[in-house]
Amino acid sequence: MAETAAVQQKSASPSQLAEPAAVALTGLWREFGDRVALRDVTVALSRGRTLAVLGPNGAGKTTLLRILATLLRPSRGEVSVLGASLPREAWRVRGRIGYLGHEPLLYRDLSCAENLRFQARLYGLQDEGAKRAQALLDGVGMSHRAGELVGNLSAGMAQRVAVCRALLHEPELLLLDEPRSHLDPEAAALVEPLLGPAPGRTRVVVTHDVEAGLAEGDLVLALRAGGAVAYAGGADGLSAGDARAVYGGRQ
Amino acid sequence: MSAFRAILGKDLRVELRTLQSVPAMALFAVTTFVIFRYGLDRTTLGGSLAAGVLLATVLFAAILAINRLFVAERDEGGFDVIRLAPVDATALFAAKVVALVVYLLVLEAIAVPIFAIFFLESWAGLAPLAGVLVLADAGLAATGALVSSIAANSRARDLLVPLLLLPLLVPLVIAAANAAEPLLAADGPSYAGTGKWLAILALYDVVFLLVGYAVYDFLVED
Repeated sequence: MAETAAVQQKSASPSQLAEPAAVALTGLWREFGDRVALRDVTVALSRGRTLAVLGPNGAGKTTLLRILATLLRPSRGEVSVLGASLPREAWRVRGRIGYLGHEPLLYRDLSCAENLRFQARLYGLQDEGAKRAQALLDGVGMSHRAGELVGNLSAGMAQRVAVCRALLHEPELLLLDEPRSHLDPEAAALVEPLLGPAPGRTRVVVTHDVEAGLAEGDLVLALRAGGAVAYAGGADGLSAGDARAVYGGRQ
Repeated sequence: MSAFRAILGKDLRVELRTLQSVPAMALFAVTTFVIFRYGLDRTTLGGSLAAGVLLATVLFAAILAINRLFVAERDEGGFDVIRLAPVDATALFAAKVVALVVYLLVLEAIAVPIFAIFFLESWAGLAPLAGVLVLADAGLAATGALVSSIAANSRARDLLVPLLLLPLLVPLVIAAANAAEPLLAADGPSYAGTGKWLAILALYDVVFLLVGYAVYDFLVED
C-alpha cells in the first residue's frame, strides 16, 4: 500500500486534466493534539466530478470534509477549494458549498419551513429562496410536514430536510458525509436525483459502502484508521479488494 | 443586516415558543425579592441598599439567560450554520446582544414593579431608573454574549460563565448602582451625580460592544 496519496482520474481526458481543480489538497495534515487525523493527503478533483472517500471509523473522513467546508483549519499543507486557498480565503467559498454532515444543522424548535426560510435569509435569498425551499421539500417528499417542528421528526425525515438545507443556495460543490444514513430505500431514491452523480455536479462523498463508492466516484480516496493515508488511487486502478483492505478486509 | 435580522428573529421566535429563558429569569427575580424581604426583615429599602438589591437580582437573573444564549448554536450546529453561510460572524454577536437586551427588558418590566411593591415607598424614581437599566442592560448583554460564546464549547460552561463574567461586570455594577442610588432614595429621587455614572455606563457599553465586534470573527472560527 502506498503511504502517500496520489490520485488518478478515471477516464480523464487531457482537456479535463487541464481544468482548474475544484478541490486541490497538497500534503494536507490535520492533528488534534498528539493524534494525527489526516496525514499527508494529496488529491486534485476537477469540476463536475466526484471524489468518493472510503475508510473505517476514525480514519479522518469527516475531518477532511470539515476542512473542505471551512469548518476546520488544516494543521499543515495546502488546501484549495473552488479556487480559494483555505483557511486564508475561506470567505470566498462560504455560500458556494453545500455541506451535509452527521448533524442535520437544523434548529429543533423551528419547523422545517422556518429552518429553510432562516437559511434562505442567511444566504441572501428572498422570494426565490421560498420557492426553492418549497420545490426541495416537494422533491424529498416532506412538503406535507413543512410546518412541523424539526424536533418532532424522525432522524430520516430530519435528514431529508437537511438535504434541502444543503441544496437551498444551489452550491457549486457538494460535501456529503454518508448522505444516505438514516434514509430508508424509498427516501434514498427520492434524494438521489438531488445528491447523486449528475453532469456538472462536483461532489466529495464520504461513504462506508465500498461498492457504491467505487461505482459513483471518478476518484476514490481510501483512508486508514489511525490517521495515516493508506491508499489513494484512481477508481480504474482501485479494486474492491484494495478498498476493503482499509477496513481490514471486513467489508 | 439580513443575517442579523434572521438570527434575531429566529432567537425571539424560539424563546416565544419554548419560554426557556425569560420565565426562569422572572421567577428567579421574584423569589430573590421574597428572600431579601424576609431575610433583611425590611418592608422598605432606599438608596444604595435598594439599588444593590435590584441590580444584584437582575445580574444573577441575567446569568440564567446568558448560560443558555448559545445552547442551540452548540447543540444543534448553529455555529456551523453561520460559518458555512456568506455572513459576517459579528451578525451572530449583534443578534445575541439584542436578543439578550430584549429578555432583560421583559424581565425588568415584570421584576421592577414587583420590587417597587415589595420595597419602595416612593415610585417617583422609577421612570428615570429605566434609563439606568437600559444602559446597564446593553453592557450586560454585550459582555454576556461575548463570555457565553467563549464558554459555549466548554464542558464547564455553567461554571465558566459566572467566573469570567462577574469580574468583568464589576465596573458596570458600580456605575449602575451609583447612578440608581439617588433615584431610589427613601426621601424621593434626586439626580445628583447621576449624569457622571450614566456616562461611565455608556462608555462601558461602547467598549464591550467594540471589543465584541473586533474579536467575534476569531471566536467562532476553529
